[in-house]
Amino acid sequence: MYPFKYQKAATVRGAVSLLKKAEEPKLLAGGHTLLPTMKQRLASPKTLIDLSAAGLSGIEQKGRSIVIGAMTTHAEVANSPVVQQAIPALAKLAGHIGDPQVRHRGTIGGSVANNDPAADYPAALMALGAVVHTSKRKIPAEEFFAGMFSTALDEDEIITKVAFPIPSKAAYVKFPNPASRYAIVGVFVAKKGSNVRVAVTGAGSNGVFRHEAMEQALAKRFNPKSLEGIATPAADMNGDIHASADYRAHLVGVIARRAVAAATA
Amino acid sequence: MTVTAIGAAVRRKEDHRFITGKGQYTDDINRPGQTHAYFLRSPHAHANLKKIDLSKAKAMPGVVAIYTGDDVAADKIGGLICGWMIHSKDGTPMRAGPHPILAQGKVRYVGDHVAVVIAETLSQAKDAAEAIVVDYDVLPAVVEAGKAQAKGAPQVHTEAPANTVYDWHIGDKAATEAAFKAAKHVTKLDIVNNRLVPNAMEPRAAIGEYDAGNDALTLHTTSQNPHVARLVLSAFIGIAPEHKLRVIAPDVGGGFGSKIFIYAEETVCVWAARKCGRPVKWTADRTEEFLCVAHGRDHVTRAELAIDADGKITGLRAKTIANMGAYLSTFASSVPTYLYATLLSGQYAIPNIYCEVDAVYTNTAPVDAYRGAGRPEATFVVERLVETAAREIGMDPAAFRRRNFITKFPHQTPVIMTYDCGDYKASLTKAMEMADVKGFGKRRREAARRGKLRGLGYSTYIEACGIAPSQAVGSLGAGVGLWESAEVRVNPVGTVEILTGSHSHGQGHETTFAQLVSSRLGISIDNVSIVHGDTDKVQFGMGTYGSRSGAVGMSAISKALDKIEAKAKKVAAHVLEAAEADIDFKDGKFTVKGTDKAVDFGTVALNAYIAHKFNPQELEPGLKEGSFYDPTNFTFPAGCHICEIEVDQETGVARIVKWTAVDDFGNVINPMIVEGQVHGGIAQGVGQALLEGTVYTADGQLVTASYMDYAMPRAHDLPSFEVGMTVTPCPSNPLGIKGCGEAGAIAAPAAVINALTDALGTEDVPMPATPLALWSIIAKQSKAAIAAE
Repeated sequence: MYPFKYQKAATVRGAVSLLKKAEEPKLLAGGHTLLPTMKQRLASPKTLIDLSAAGLSGIEQKGRSIVIGAMTTHAEVANSPVVQQAIPALAKLAGHIGDPQVRHRGTIGGSVANNDPAADYPAALMALGAVVHTSKRKIPAEEFFAGMFSTALDEDEIITKVAFPIPSKAAYVKFPNPASRYAIVGVFVAKKGSNVRVAVTGAGSNGVFRHEAMEQALAKRFNPKSLEGIATPAADMNGDIHASADYRAHLVGVIARRAVAAATA
Repeated sequence: MTVTAIGAAVRRKEDHRFITGKGQYTDDINRPGQTHAYFLRSPHAHANLKKIDLSKAKAMPGVVAIYTGDDVAADKIGGLICGWMIHSKDGTPMRAGPHPILAQGKVRYVGDHVAVVIAETLSQAKDAAEAIVVDYDVLPAVVEAGKAQAKGAPQVHTEAPANTVYDWHIGDKAATEAAFKAAKHVTKLDIVNNRLVPNAMEPRAAIGEYDAGNDALTLHTTSQNPHVARLVLSAFIGIAPEHKLRVIAPDVGGGFGSKIFIYAEETVCVWAARKCGRPVKWTADRTEEFLCVAHGRDHVTRAELAIDADGKITGLRAKTIANMGAYLSTFASSVPTYLYATLLSGQYAIPNIYCEVDAVYTNTAPVDAYRGAGRPEATFVVERLVETAAREIGMDPAAFRRRNFITKFPHQTPVIMTYDCGDYKASLTKAMEMADVKGFGKRRREAARRGKLRGLGYSTYIEACGIAPSQAVGSLGAGVGLWESAEVRVNPVGTVEILTGSHSHGQGHETTFAQLVSSRLGISIDNVSIVHGDTDKVQFGMGTYGSRSGAVGMSAISKALDKIEAKAKKVAAHVLEAAEADIDFKDGKFTVKGTDKAVDFGTVALNAYIAHKFNPQELEPGLKEGSFYDPTNFTFPAGCHICEIEVDQETGVARIVKWTAVDDFGNVINPMIVEGQVHGGIAQGVGQALLEGTVYTADGQLVTASYMDYAMPRAHDLPSFEVGMTVTPCPSNPLGIKGCGEAGAIAAPAAVINALTDALGTEDVPMPATPLALWSIIAKQSKAAIAAE
């Protein structure tokens, strides 16, 4: 780790102002991606702006949405009666991110801003049609994610909360990497009225994506059988030592069927 | 006093210290004036070192010193050694290249040590290392064992043409060939035993320290055998004479073999401490461990089994290429030879065996002993062959094993070993009952209805442990004897200190060794302490590996206790005013035959020291005895593991649903600790079979250099184990112990793969059998099935 300056923001406005002024700043949320990268000397921000005291934690139901503060930890989401009641699939997803240490430090805002192509939350945001609230504006999920490790956020923009419309049915199934336990394929399916969304993380060569062929088939009939015969092009998939592109393409189908089965169970 | 008997499943004495965070590991120790070492490592697998420019780095803040291979050469510090001489078929000695502690002229694997930076803080050392400019002339690399001997392959060491360290063989080639010619059936397998990275919870660490007043050095290091480390550092590397070098291995957090060896880093720390006049500390980070700890396994083997018309095995032959990595590590040469091919008879009466082994250099991390060391590789060859052969000739795999088991002991195999005792049918029968093999067909049909392919696999393994009779290993090329030493010090109040040359790094010696003393002297285990891991305290010892601490280390303690008992009887005779011949010792009490006169052990101990009751001309004061114990044979733990597994046809995910282990470890001191060793061993064996794949790119970059890509077994990956035991006491040591530390890791891989091949109906299942590998097999099978329709 190289030396850096540590600053703690008391408000979002204060954090934005620091972000604009400070030399080579990075926002510190849970730090579970940033700090290991810094320890390995692969990242060397000159200033860290800690958001832990900026009042960004909390979960509440607002009308037909669940609104989660950006600094809310995965453990808080997993254990929240509000989330468990309204969107149990989201609570379950949060409860299977990383390990207990990660879940007690890692935050939803940090995960979403990092947009790791194998992270779980991006699939939930895409499938549930979530809206990302920032210090400047509101960004719908599909405009927010812009390819792996890339988002629509400006340099001086901070995520404040994420609003999830409550679906009628939803489920997330993850096929974990045997080593890292990140998603090799993670599929979030959500049904709200006649609208069905299928979002896939871990598999795509450009990060999280919606599987439109599956969405159309499921909109007609929300049943695992509807997905039989729907192929996923291997050309669009990631390949590594743990899973070839062909294998990932195959798994997208298997895991999507299992997710629909779980959502209808 | 409460005696804790041999055979009692008492909780481990040492665990209170460990689970309350009071252990003292090398990294917990800090010395006044301490500096921090950071190693600049090669980013290339193979390159000539043209120039190392230190000028900028040396001027960086906090830098105390920077050393390179030139400084090592100038100080005439020797290279690391390989302590076991192997001869090739033509009688020539193995061809080993030099193994400098800092690279000299060339780097040979990613992670090779180019320079050491010593600075006031670790950060400063890292900063300075970044400022070192190295001009590399990058060379092509060779990574795979199977490609190392090819014409035109890059040469790792000029001393070893065709990268071949030795081409060794064992057994009767002509007789084995004749057996294959006469065979009714021959089973052939191509086997890759995958390379593993040992992952002890505590990474390696060292602190070198120089005492200028006494011109003496101290090295704290993560070692399984501090005395051997001192011997090698002193006699071969030339760091200091033995009486001027103290090596301390304090609490050590796991080793699995990887901390037997003498590495460059600790050698540099102790050498540099004198050179720069300050204590030098180094602790590996996890990535350094992945890159530079000695790896395990990495064999490529063609193996064949000859069977006659009666289903009797008549011959086994194997040709193995063993990857040694870029340098020969401390015991590397012995692993694919005497620790491997001598076990190719398994539990079977095989009259003819012939095995050839080529050891090759590659541009990868050095490979050496890792939990089981050669014996997992042998067991995998034998048990895969036996299972496959039974299927091919249409015999039940258990019945085929029974037909070929050795039943008379001692049994001389064609590959050196004389098995002293065992009852292989007993462990197989018990395991089959515990595993409900009879009900397997029903379970398989039920699984099929859930879309799961269920398979059952056996592994009836044998290992040679209790390493080992010095004369025997000496005749096979070992550079050291493999006895063990012990000293028993009885204090005047009757408490006991055991000084042992064994080293505990997770095995529970503080408890098991105390149980032996408790049951022999009739004192509480709380009144026994175990002293180990310090060359200034313990006279000498060979350390802990090869499941030897029970069979060899405790036997030495037992012999020393014999002497204590004999001397204490003499003292008791004076105290009780009786003839020595009339003294009995039982349950911690000395009594005079035919009387009610008695005295307890503590009183005798006190009298040994106050010496009021006897004439020092007749009997020396004090109560302290030592013993060096050299075993008469290896021990031969054996048993039967049965794995039942289900494969998800859609995803290729394998899940072990049932594991039965029945082991014969001879007499058992603490069944709870033994069961724990079995559990851990199985976990590591399952890791090898299903999860742990070490992947290098063709140009020698380690892809699996962190837990992001190297899959360690987790509780989630393992079932609840059913563990049973059979006992045939070992006749080769006074306690009847065989050893249990490696059994699980030796037995497990073959059991898993035999279960998977049973489930999938093909013998071609690789290790690690990852979901991708298994899905690929299933996808290929379903494509072939569709094409056939």
